[in-house]
Amino acid sequence: MTGQAQTPILQIQAVSKHFGGLQALSNVTFDLPEGQILGLIGPNGAGKTTLFNCINGIYPPEQGHVIFRGRDITGWKPYRVARTGLARTHQIVQPLNELTVLQNVIAGASFGHEHHPLSQAREIADQVLTFVGLAERRDALAAKLNVAQKKRLELARALAARPYLLLLDEVLAGLNPTEIAEMVDVVRAIRDQGVTILIIEHVMHALMNVSDRVIVLDYGEQIAEGSPDEVANDPKVIEAYLGDPKLAQQMMLAE
Amino acid sequence: MKPWRNPGLWLVLALTVAISVWPALASNKAYTREVSFTILKAVALASSLNILLGYTGYVSFGHIVFYGMGGYVGFYLLDVHNAPLYVAVLAGGLASGLIAFLLGRAILRLRGAYFALATIGINEAARAFIKNFDLFGGPIGMSLNFNVYKSYGGPNQALWIAFISMAALTLVITVVSFLVKTSRFGLGLMAIRENEDAAEVMGVVAPSSKTWAYVLSAIFPGMVGVLFFFKNGNIEPPDAFNLHQSIETIVMVMLGGYGTVLGPVLGSAIYQRLRGLLLVSPLFKNIQLAVAGVLLLIIILFMPAGVVGWLRSRFGALRRVLE
Amino acid sequence: MLDILVASLADGLLLGFVYGIAAMGLSLIWGVMDVINLSHGPIIALGMFGVYLAFNGLGWNPYLTLLLVAVMGLLLGIVIYGVAVHRVLNAPHLSTLLATFSINMIIIGVGTALFTTSPRNVDFSLGSFSLGHITLPWARVAAALAAVLVTALLYLFLYRTRPGKAIRAVANNRAAAELMGIPASRVLALSFGLGTMLAAIAGGLISTFFPFTILAGGRYELKSFVICVLGGLGNPLGALIGGLLLGALEGIIPAFIETSWVPVLEFVLFVVILLVRPSGLLGSKS
Repeated sequence: MTGQAQTPILQIQAVSKHFGGLQALSNVTFDLPEGQILGLIGPNGAGKTTLFNCINGIYPPEQGHVIFRGRDITGWKPYRVARTGLARTHQIVQPLNELTVLQNVIAGASFGHEHHPLSQAREIADQVLTFVGLAERRDALAAKLNVAQKKRLELARALAARPYLLLLDEVLAGLNPTEIAEMVDVVRAIRDQGVTILIIEHVMHALMNVSDRVIVLDYGEQIAEGSPDEVANDPKVIEAYLGDPKLAQQMMLAE
Repeated sequence: MKPWRNPGLWLVLALTVAISVWPALASNKAYTREVSFTILKAVALASSLNILLGYTGYVSFGHIVFYGMGGYVGFYLLDVHNAPLYVAVLAGGLASGLIAFLLGRAILRLRGAYFALATIGINEAARAFIKNFDLFGGPIGMSLNFNVYKSYGGPNQALWIAFISMAALTLVITVVSFLVKTSRFGLGLMAIRENEDAAEVMGVVAPSSKTWAYVLSAIFPGMVGVLFFFKNGNIEPPDAFNLHQSIETIVMVMLGGYGTVLGPVLGSAIYQRLRGLLLVSPLFKNIQLAVAGVLLLIIILFMPAGVVGWLRSRFGALRRVLE
Repeated sequence: MLDILVASLADGLLLGFVYGIAAMGLSLIWGVMDVINLSHGPIIALGMFGVYLAFNGLGWNPYLTLLLVAVMGLLLGIVIYGVAVHRVLNAPHLSTLLATFSINMIIIGVGTALFTTSPRNVDFSLGSFSLGHITLPWARVAAALAAVLVTALLYLFLYRTRPGKAIRAVANNRAAAELMGIPASRVLALSFGLGTMLAAIAGGLISTFFPFTILAGGRYELKSFVICVLGGLGNPLGALIGGLLLGALEGIIPAFIETSWVPVLEFVLFVVILLVRPSGLLGSKS
């Protein structure tokens, strides 16, 4: 990929966080160059979502810094982070149930960093809904959508903010193979529009396909980093961390 | 869509105006005026509460604190400083808004039932405080000198002035309620209602949005309080901080449909008419409260979205008209 | 001066036991199902009227009548749960708050029609006794002892019996308890009934030393809120300790400021604790 020479859009510098006795993140450090898709993998409880939460300000990290587009945003409130051009989706979808699909996405556009007035936000929302394939459901209440549609809505709402950086937390989980393929295309298309993406995913082959680079977390520690190829063939990842031969095989098959 | 092109706004305004001009057309004007005043006051309280309860999703049992506080401040100005009515009304609104701003910064951090509990505590604390506050007459309260009405052309004229002011104020509140609902600010409030954490992640500045919603919802009851107690002629702590009136206001919002513009207006009109009928009937006079309780329970259990919400979900075509 | 202070402190502490079990009822319901029961006050008042009617009408001993009041309180709670709470248990907080408040309105409405709002009292005296310079009515001591007994029985029930353990399991994790075959609906109904039972008993005890009306429960409901917040919502033993704390405060404060300022202080304290430590002074910090 290009863009390696530029200042990275996101720099994670020695970020640590613990909950009680559990070290959720220890000393996580990496750079994310603009325009890339960076995959984040690791078993359940490895600290992936915690890292997202530290980046977008759900809670502050105890140590370390989060630098976004050259600004230190460590410990900023989520709404302040959102307004600097960073949007995210949630592992457990969080639709605004009693609002329509369109209203959900308008909210995304009008409170994101471009801060559009409602009329312009509506135009953006229409475009985004068409882009993710939810246009026919625009007037339905968000609560009435099925799981796959809710995932799309979650994505549409984040996209409508026109972010520089998008954090995707398991957007493929719970989808069937056809839906996964469609969603992967959508994610690629987003990247092609110039949005940088940090993505957490358990659907390994899809992640390996779509990512430019992959980071592996285990018990809050960063144990590997590299191209999907390198990570998939890293004996440390396969033996020490993956442990699970089936999962390892799944990764190899992704090649 | 431009606000004035939305039929929903016109329907709400038409209903409010209809309640307001009813006394002018009725045969027993003075009596009808009192009935209409009560309904308008209820509409004003319910619509303003709806901004916090319906749009933002914060359950307040202390809406009446602002009515009482504003009422007291305005009454004090009328009584002691001979202030003109409009000055007293504005001061009452301002005082309530200010109190809400200071309180809101603190208690809006609480969520769900904890917020509701805090508002009950504040209501009780405010009443107990006013009872001890000698400037406002302590436990006895204050009474207007009859001479005050003279500058308005006598008591009868003053009652009409209070009524017309109330009608105008109610009209303003319904318009404000509509504008909030259809604005970006309102969308942010509704996002908070649906999921506050998700709203913050999307960029809604929840702390300040909530505070302004609280302030806005507090200014109007403050002004309503001044008008009511001006008309009433005296003010006492139990009347000004009646927890029950807070609850009745919630019932009216729920009956009409919370989170809609029309709901509080319709709900207040229905509830107050019903209440009037029950009060007249000797059979129901004593158990009026119990009947209201049964009504509330039925709404909560079987029609949680209220009349307007029910109509909207039942007849999709009505959605354009029923905001 | 010191004598008066000690006397009013002792008085307050004894009363605090009764406040404690009223609050325990509220706290139990909150802890098990996350519902703030706004019909708590009227049920306390019904407890008062239960003792009053049995004593004045039938000449029953107030303390024995408490057993009947307890059973009625339990049954009433189960009915309230079935009619008003069960359907809206998973709806937003607004629904359960208003559903229980509608029960409040119904009881107060019917109660006012039946009993008017003129004050009643249970004219049954156990006399009083003196300890040094302090004179205390036996009724207060009896009420405090009854409250301790009720608390002990409640704990035995919750920790030693099957239904009690089921209640704790449901409080801990309703979904998991259901998976393990615990009939959650029945357990919830029982918990609600226990909560209202405690309220009714508290009301019955209060009726033995204070005059009351059908509206009198409101005061104790508000006190119960304050206590729950002191002791931590959802923590029954905390409620008893919170009750003692409030009783003690009510005993001591009037010695230093005018009585009329006590409620101001009480509710300001309530809101402040809610803000600073929503899990209560004794609750866990999470």
